[in-house]
Amino acid sequence: MTQNQTAANKISTYILLIVVTVMGLAIVSIFSAIYAYTLDQTIEAGFLALIGAFGLALSGMVLYQSKRRVDAMKIEAPKMMTYIECKNCGTKTTREFQRTDFVFKELDVCPKCPEQKQMIVGIYKEIKEKEKTYAI
Amino acid sequence: MTLIPTNDMISQLVSNLSIRSNQFFGGGGDGWTSYIGILMYGVIFVMMFYGQRLQVHMMIKDVEGSLHKLKFIKEEGRKTAIETLKDVGKPTTDITSRVDRCLDYFTISPQSMDPAGIVAKLDHILDVRDQRIKDDVKLMIPQCEGDQLNNMENTLEAAMALNYIYKVVRHYYIQGKKTMSLYVIMQLQMILPIVMKEAEAYGAALKAFSQGQPIGDSVGPLIAGKLMYGHEVREVYKDCVVATVPFEGRTAIVMKAKGPGGNVGKPGDAIETIIEENEGKIAMLIMIDAGLKLEGENVGEVSEGIGSAIGGPGVDAFKIEEKLVKYKIPINAIIIKQDIGDAVSPMRKEIHEAADKAIELVRELVLERTKENDTLVIFGVGNSIGIGQ
Repeated sequence: MTQNQTAANKISTYILLIVVTVMGLAIVSIFSAIYAYTLDQTIEAGFLALIGAFGLALSGMVLYQSKRRVDAMKIEAPKMMTYIECKNCGTKTTREFQRTDFVFKELDVCPKCPEQKQMIVGIYKEIKEKEKTYAI
Repeated sequence: MTLIPTNDMISQLVSNLSIRSNQFFGGGGDGWTSYIGILMYGVIFVMMFYGQRLQVHMMIKDVEGSLHKLKFIKEEGRKTAIETLKDVGKPTTDITSRVDRCLDYFTISPQSMDPAGIVAKLDHILDVRDQRIKDDVKLMIPQCEGDQLNNMENTLEAAMALNYIYKVVRHYYIQGKKTMSLYVIMQLQMILPIVMKEAEAYGAALKAFSQGQPIGDSVGPLIAGKLMYGHEVREVYKDCVVATVPFEGRTAIVMKAKGPGGNVGKPGDAIETIIEENEGKIAMLIMIDAGLKLEGENVGEVSEGIGSAIGGPGVDAFKIEEKLVKYKIPINAIIIKQDIGDAVSPMRKEIHEAADKAIELVRELVLERTKENDTLVIFGVGNSIGIGQ
């Protein structure tokens, strides 16, 4: 069970192995291209450089895609906040949600009004949406 | 052995490469064009016979990715359910196998060949199911009571929903893979974005239920709670509370499911009881609920309309409509727009803020559509998790 969760959470070892191999070969190819260029074999140097660049781009793309897949697996739990208010003086405070909190729950007395208890008036999360707009 | 090539190796590679490139391209334009032509014919030939198969493979890969995610969400849900039950109830025995048994529960809907009386049958089956899950939670963690018991029941139900979604998707995925049928896989792939959205929402709901946080669907009870706060509250029917509130010169009977535990109550029976208590002398029934928004609409938009604003299998709506018809009571609905994800996941700020707008709309509705000294019923429909009274 835990293995499955871990597998879903990280980039596959096989993919990583292939990517590293391709990347290594691509780097070797680029070095070879430089060497060929120093020998004045420009066409061959060009081929080797092209192969190297293609290999690097391909492995980079596979890594990026795998990372995106792993990121998509993550479920973001937004922070829930509890909003507290004194009905007498209107003092508002905010804190992180605690398990026993619920809306309309009466809490300790207000620090400003000794006889008035504070109350939870809201428990909600704030999301800053990056939603695309499809305005028509 | 080293991976760094020696000078000799590179020289050999370079010379081989130049020989091969000359052989390959033939050194002329004809070689190029013939090569591309053969390649194109080859591609067309392969696509003619294997095009659909290739498409199926691509779709299967796509579904496989979503299935992995579904499995992850399902396992997380199961883990959360077990951990919460252990955390809340401190059981003396291992509850894992019992939770796994619960996750596989199913409900068979009543036979509908002769539809007369099916509502009562469905109502009964849903009651039995509800009680069965509650009993199971009690068996696992005997000291769990009241609101906590309701929250644990809701947590388990969300985990059950995730387990079911995963199993159904896996079923069609394997079936598609076995038959290599484009149509089986295509159908699954088409509905998958909606299924994934729902699964993610249940994943978020599980956290909310286990912690006792209000969800988007709790906006109905939040509005009713705001209206009934400070007034005497009594229990009217199983898990439903009611308060009689003076409202703009009228008497408003405000109702909601009992909170702050995760609970939807039995709105149908509760409204029936209140209408009968008042001998049908109700000027208006206003139902406030979370409603599914269409794409393009904003979360937290408030809309009004006509009809019983209540979800579920229809049992409660049926009971309410029966009574309304009997006494000719007008019914108005107010909905707070949100998508399925928002409805079952922790409450968003926009939805919380919509509560005050909805109350204003109720006020307008009451002033315009009822007379002074009238009695009206306002029901805040939804799950009362994290909302007191």
